[in-house]
Amino acid sequence: MMFEKLKAFWRYVRRLTGDDAYEQYLKHFAENHSEHRENQTDTTEDTHTPLSREAFFKEWQDKKWKGIKRCC
Amino acid sequence: MHKNFKIIIWIAVLVLGVSAVSAIALNRGESISAMWFITAALCVYAIAYRFYAAWIAATVLVIDETRATPAERLDNGRDFIPTNKWVVFGHHFAAIAGPGPLVGPTLAAQFGYLPGTLWILIGAVLGGAVQDMVTLFFSTRRNARSLGQMARDEIGPIGGAAALIGTFLIMIILIAVLGLVVVNAMKHSPWATSTVAATIPIAMIVGFYMRNFRPGRVLEASTLGVVLLLLAVAGGGWIEHNESLRGLFDHEGLTLAWVIIAYGFAAAVMPVWLLLAPRDYLSTFVKLGTVTLLAVAIIILQPHIHMPALTQFTDGSGPIFGGKLFPFVFITIACGAISGFHALISSGTTPKLLANERDIRMIGYGAMLLESFVAIMAMIAATVLEPGVFFAINSPAGVVGKEAIDAVAKINSWGFAVSVEQMNQLAKDMGESSLFARTGGAPSLAVGMASIFGNAFGKSMLALWYHFAIMFEAIFILTTLDAGTRVGRFMLQDMLGNIWPKMGRTSWMPSVIFTSALVVAGWGYFLYIGVIDPNGGVNILWPLFGIANQMLAAIALCVATGILVKSGKSKYAWITGLPLVWLVIVTSTAAWQKIFSDDIRVGFLAAANDLATKLAAGVLPPQKAAVAPQLIFNQQLDAYLTMFFVAVLWVVIIDMLYVTYKYMLGKPVLPITEVAREPSRLVENWVRD
Repeated sequence: MMFEKLKAFWRYVRRLTGDDAYEQYLKHFAENHSEHRENQTDTTEDTHTPLSREAFFKEWQDKKWKGIKRCC
Repeated sequence: MHKNFKIIIWIAVLVLGVSAVSAIALNRGESISAMWFITAALCVYAIAYRFYAAWIAATVLVIDETRATPAERLDNGRDFIPTNKWVVFGHHFAAIAGPGPLVGPTLAAQFGYLPGTLWILIGAVLGGAVQDMVTLFFSTRRNARSLGQMARDEIGPIGGAAALIGTFLIMIILIAVLGLVVVNAMKHSPWATSTVAATIPIAMIVGFYMRNFRPGRVLEASTLGVVLLLLAVAGGGWIEHNESLRGLFDHEGLTLAWVIIAYGFAAAVMPVWLLLAPRDYLSTFVKLGTVTLLAVAIIILQPHIHMPALTQFTDGSGPIFGGKLFPFVFITIACGAISGFHALISSGTTPKLLANERDIRMIGYGAMLLESFVAIMAMIAATVLEPGVFFAINSPAGVVGKEAIDAVAKINSWGFAVSVEQMNQLAKDMGESSLFARTGGAPSLAVGMASIFGNAFGKSMLALWYHFAIMFEAIFILTTLDAGTRVGRFMLQDMLGNIWPKMGRTSWMPSVIFTSALVVAGWGYFLYIGVIDPNGGVNILWPLFGIANQMLAAIALCVATGILVKSGKSKYAWITGLPLVWLVIVTSTAAWQKIFSDDIRVGFLAAANDLATKLAAGVLPPQKAAVAPQLIFNQQLDAYLTMFFVAVLWVVIIDMLYVTYKYMLGKPVLPITEVAREPSRLVENWVRD
């Protein structure tokens, strides 16, 4: 019981910090890109193979800091 | 039975809250326990959240749990991602809570603890939290549009442009004043300077770790970084005592200002992964950890507040900044009560993660209450100091005199006991050579935190705690500085891109260098003037920042009020209308006084004229005469800048009033841009894995 709670907390920390962002991306990719879909909105990228961990992280980090992310 | 029990609980919370607030407000004794502040704050927040926020969500906004949010409809696995509400709350809170709620209350403590505390509580529950929640809601219903876009779509092009310019100028002034706070904490302090300097290579190590060594392992890298930061705090103490090394880090304010300007430019053109992103992780961890630690220490220790409820400085003669209680306490404490900047996070950023409209109350309203609580803790940390010590640390040399003996005599003449020996002993305890005239809030907050931590966890490490607190503030001030300069750069590139498309390309190096240099020159100018100003600069820059931030809040509330009226909810428009009216009164009065007051410590023009007269008469000491022309120019510039802020504010208000007037008469107005309802397909608790 206690162990379950700790695990849930750890999952929360990982999600919050973006530590599991790549796993989330792979999951999203598997769900949305595995079969060919009619209404594919993302036409700009290769829809067959997911990005590598390194490439994904680069893109994720650059994107994150494009707008206002911190204030006073 | 169950319902009755709940009613009894809430009546108990109400009674407890009323008694705590009365205890704070009516206490005129020697000292009062900080627990009253914590109790009052928690009760006020609980009641406001349970009743006012819930009522706004259900009755005014009519939150629809079954409606798909933009995160669900536009889910792309990148920026639009339906996310667990606690995770969104964490992101949102980390984004809105910066150094503002720590610095503002510390400065406002010159009026006594009461005015600032009341404004933090009332301003947050009726103003700031409402603004954040309502903006989050409207943006969520509009595909996560930004505040500027919503202003343009719903009110007109003028409102949109005003929001854009307002944001840009706030950024410039905010960075300058925060830079000044760091400079004042580091000047002639090898320990603080070396610790703050060490945060830069540490962030880079973390950046390399996350980028190249173990890509994406954010937690491993951040843990390593936090350990290194703690070592840097301890290492600073070693440098302080090392005769050959301490000289490397012992500098005048002006030198440090130039270093920060150079650093700001370098950080803005460097890739984000190298410095900004890793340091942001560190600062977020250190911030959350320290704030939690502070809360725990205050609850364990229950320190006593020594500052009186009200000081004589409510009449406008305060040493830290000039100006009467009304309107300046409401300008000085922006973040923590109401901050226009939050509207930029609540629109655009956070709605892209929101899984369900049901979460809007907790994230929009709740996160602001937590920020308000941080401001209350900053107020406690500043007022647990003996008032004499508080004023000795925070009064600039231009007001109390350069020599310790003069400063102490002056502070004693105000009726606050402090002695040179006491200040020397305190400086020694904190591992500093002097704590006089360290205006800006960071050092007095650090002393306050160090004494609270020292009492709770052992006194032997006061100097370590002090420098930990300085590092803690500096690290996220520098993050705000980097992030702000970068945002300013993007905005400028966007604007210039309309004239010369090539300038708009964010990766074209000449454009990056040119626009970064312009932004850095903007805040660098104000920072430079702030450092050479013998009155400390904070007294000029902080009110300017407050006016700008409240102006942005007023713009956000204008947009919200306009949308409420246009949605046929005029009878509820007061929920944003009342805070708007209050902010307009406060901002306009403060701006009027800052421009036209005859008091040279308040009015920019009066100060400029006074200095010009003295310069012409040749009565200024040579050192002051040398910088006088720059100070005169700056005071005039500040006057025009303030006029500009107020003009922008009034243009938006008149625009909004005109739109609502037309709507009331049944004339055509810009249509409501709310996206049509689509039912949510996310199952209950879907994201709660």
